[in-house]
Amino acid sequence: MNKTLRGVKMKAKVVMDSQGIERALARIAHEILEKNKGIENLVVLGIPTRGYYLAIRLAEELEKIEGVKVHCGAVDATLYRDDIGLKKAKPLKEMDIPVPIDGRIVVMVDDVLYTGRTIRAAMNALMDFGRPEAIQLAVLVDRGHRELPIRADYVGKNIPTSKKEDVKVYLEETDGKNEVTIIPREGDNEA
Amino acid sequence: MRLKRKDLLGIEELSSEEIELILETAASMKEVSEREIKKVPTLRGKTIINLFYEPSTRTRTSFEIAAKRMSADAINISLSASSVVKGETLKDTALNLEAMNPDCIVVRHSVSGTPRMLAGYLSSTVINAGDGSHEHPSQALLDMMTVKEKLGRIKGVKLTIVGDIAHSRVARSNIYGFTKLGAVVTVCGPKTMLPPGIEALGCKATTDMQGAIKDADVIMMLRIQLERQKESLFPSTREYARLYGLDPVKLEKAPKDVIILHPGPINRGVEISPEVADGPWSLILNQVTNGVAVRMALFYLLLGGIKEEFS
Repeated sequence: MNKTLRGVKMKAKVVMDSQGIERALARIAHEILEKNKGIENLVVLGIPTRGYYLAIRLAEELEKIEGVKVHCGAVDATLYRDDIGLKKAKPLKEMDIPVPIDGRIVVMVDDVLYTGRTIRAAMNALMDFGRPEAIQLAVLVDRGHRELPIRADYVGKNIPTSKKEDVKVYLEETDGKNEVTIIPREGDNEA
Repeated sequence: MRLKRKDLLGIEELSSEEIELILETAASMKEVSEREIKKVPTLRGKTIINLFYEPSTRTRTSFEIAAKRMSADAINISLSASSVVKGETLKDTALNLEAMNPDCIVVRHSVSGTPRMLAGYLSSTVINAGDGSHEHPSQALLDMMTVKEKLGRIKGVKLTIVGDIAHSRVARSNIYGFTKLGAVVTVCGPKTMLPPGIEALGCKATTDMQGAIKDADVIMMLRIQLERQKESLFPSTREYARLYGLDPVKLEKAPKDVIILHPGPINRGVEISPEVADGPWSLILNQVTNGVAVRMALFYLLLGGIKEEFS
């Protein structure tokens, strides 16, 4: 009802533009290579929907630098969520584990790191597919407010937020533009 | 889009969006059954009771496997081993089961409308696993899933259902489902097996088998319920097999890339010849595989949300 009132007070704010996202991903790619000393043993798995497209971009970035193809796929956390029965049942997304993950280093990719609950669910999902040597986490945005002891290994941008705000990531593949904005909350949040 | 209902009693009551949602969810669920560890923790602590008043291998096993792959606890009750033989009424059985706090009761019964009656008495979710000659919704959903998977679409697909349409809950659920998604459905069988007025459901009806399969994309053969033949709907099974059984000779009249479905159990040599049932056109076993995925999707969509929202 007073959304317009608040809307005037708290307008949507663009915090990353297309170039910003691109540069952040390029930097993360270099950090991944530095930390893991190469990509032979790497699998990049995104959490659908937007984490998956970020994972594809990240894999392309890694290929550009190293000249070798990187395994890339999707890990859907929906069936492992801790709010089943508490919230509305969420639609399932794609699960695509391209190679056996036993003994590999898995880099999980998501758009926004918030409570950490999605990451926990995704890690449990991964464990059902095998025993990776390590799981690392790359996120485009870390907005704080963790509810579980989880942190990201690679962060595109730290954006301090209030819980009354939503961080919205728009990607060309799904939304027709590349942008990260902060908007006042209107109902349910995806993170 | 979500399933905002407590029960699944039939396809008739579903919107096309709801059907699409179930099919999409089922397509994702299929992957779980292909894993080495075929189990997800989604429905931990949920109890599902399979209450089957009619014999069933496929459907009951499929519901049970689906429940277990979602980490729910599945309990099977079959007619011979239950208090029914002691004379307990269906309502009493159901109320007693409900007193043990299950989350879902999957029911099959030979009387049409039984699941609806139970859904009224019970606060648990009720899923219809086949009631009389009324509906068999999960079968129709897995049939739609199989066709969509193979042909990539359902809209515009020409489906011909051959057999005892009058007594078939599979036919009825499929007519509802396929027409809702935009398929063109023709039902075919001897006159004694075509219920008058079936066209009101949005399908064509014919007794001419060759004409019905001539340009079909999908042929669905129904099982001849030999246990019903007391009603003598046709002179002999041999005659039925000759006129309406699908064999390689009749199949030549159909398009080359036609696909064949059958809800099982098949009567080899009656409604379908072994060469056809085992041939490259047949997707009968894909249907069974997809059945588990469809039932996992139903459990997830009906039991995975908040209960209060559909009261």
